[in-house]
Amino acid sequence: MTLAPDTQDKFAQYAHPERLVSTQWLADNLGREGLVVVESDEDVLLYETGHVPGAVKIDWHTDLNDEVTRDYIDGEGFARLLSAKGISRDTTVVIYGDKSNWWAAYALWVFTLFGHEDVRLLDGGRDKWVAEGRPMTTDRPEVATAEYPVVERDDAPIRAFLGDVLQHLGKPLIDVRSGDEYTGARTTMPAYPEEGALRGGHIPTAKSVPWARAAAEDGTFRTRAELDAIYREEAGLQDGDDVVAYCRIGERSSHTWFVLKHLLGFENVRNYDGSWTEWGNAVRVPIVRGSEPGEVPARSAQAAR
Amino acid sequence: MSTEAIPAKLAEIIDDFQDLTEPDRLQLLLDFSRELPDLPERYGNHPELLEQVVECQSPLFLTMEIGEEPERPVHLFFSAPPEAPTTRGFAGVLLEGLDGLPAEEVLAVPDDVPDRLGLTRAITPLRMRGMSAMLGRIKRKIREAQ
Repeated sequence: MTLAPDTQDKFAQYAHPERLVSTQWLADNLGREGLVVVESDEDVLLYETGHVPGAVKIDWHTDLNDEVTRDYIDGEGFARLLSAKGISRDTTVVIYGDKSNWWAAYALWVFTLFGHEDVRLLDGGRDKWVAEGRPMTTDRPEVATAEYPVVERDDAPIRAFLGDVLQHLGKPLIDVRSGDEYTGARTTMPAYPEEGALRGGHIPTAKSVPWARAAAEDGTFRTRAELDAIYREEAGLQDGDDVVAYCRIGERSSHTWFVLKHLLGFENVRNYDGSWTEWGNAVRVPIVRGSEPGEVPARSAQAAR
Repeated sequence: MSTEAIPAKLAEIIDDFQDLTEPDRLQLLLDFSRELPDLPERYGNHPELLEQVVECQSPLFLTMEIGEEPERPVHLFFSAPPEAPTTRGFAGVLLEGLDGLPAEEVLAVPDDVPDRLGLTRAITPLRMRGMSAMLGRIKRKIREAQ
């Protein structure tokens, strides 16, 4: 049982309008059976300072990442997590979070690895809900445990690994990091912790489109026309393209993945979650420094494999 | 010459954390976050006097006042937005544990003190680095002022 989509005009312009809900839609539907609201933030304590009434918390790092291997949790772990959060396979899940839904989009992408069908983002995220003076609470919701089936992750359609990206060279790549990370002037976001990439620069031929360009000042997604101007006209993406997006650890590029896949309707979009913290440390993979995308090196794909 | 020692107040805070279960430790960190005082006016109106600790995940600004010899008591001032409760919590722990101590005692605080709060698993090592960075910055600034 899923809830009816938000039918407002802005969303109707997107390829898959059912992937977004507005703050008004959420306010109108809070407490409805079949809906679970999930908050997913960068700051692990932000949910505890106040959240949408009834919302549960899923932390990208402690809940969705495997504790030992650099990978996501497996089917059993996901089933355990979602059952505990009161989510069934047919639940409508609305995810929202801080920083223009950056981490919320990451959580949505992980839900998609497990094929959870009805998962949506709150347009504008946490900040918009708060800015509009809508209710927040520190009460912990009473969650009735659900039964979520064990579904094995299906990575291939939306997740790219290092080898996939080497094979992909020559097809569209979008680097969503800040300008200085792209040129190689620095290896982390300004004002963020050093996560240890040995080399700076970008994957050859990648176009630079920092992720936040897809968000308006109020944290909502830009309109269809604005997004088309950025990704089609400026970055040159065309219908039918096979696209890979990457950033530093795969979170910011989840936001761009959402835009390309659900808002602009590109069928084949993968997120390279190894991203720069893998590429910038890997042996003999090609790197380009500076502001130009660069060329595909002739023998690169063979060298690193 | 510097022997490592944890000042009494900070040791007490560490014990408080250690006595709790993991979820309650997060709650205690949240309490520290809520109690972080606003900046005094002389800094609140002059953001340029504060220094950003860039290693923290969320923006944190820090400044210090170091008193007269021989004790040279250290006073700490932190500022971080309400949207960054973890960062504010770390700042609150350091403020309550270290504020007013002689410079020598702050310098003697072991660098791994953040790890002793028992939060690393619940918060992740990546996020704990923010607190280590704050402590490192405080010590560096004291050394620079010598």
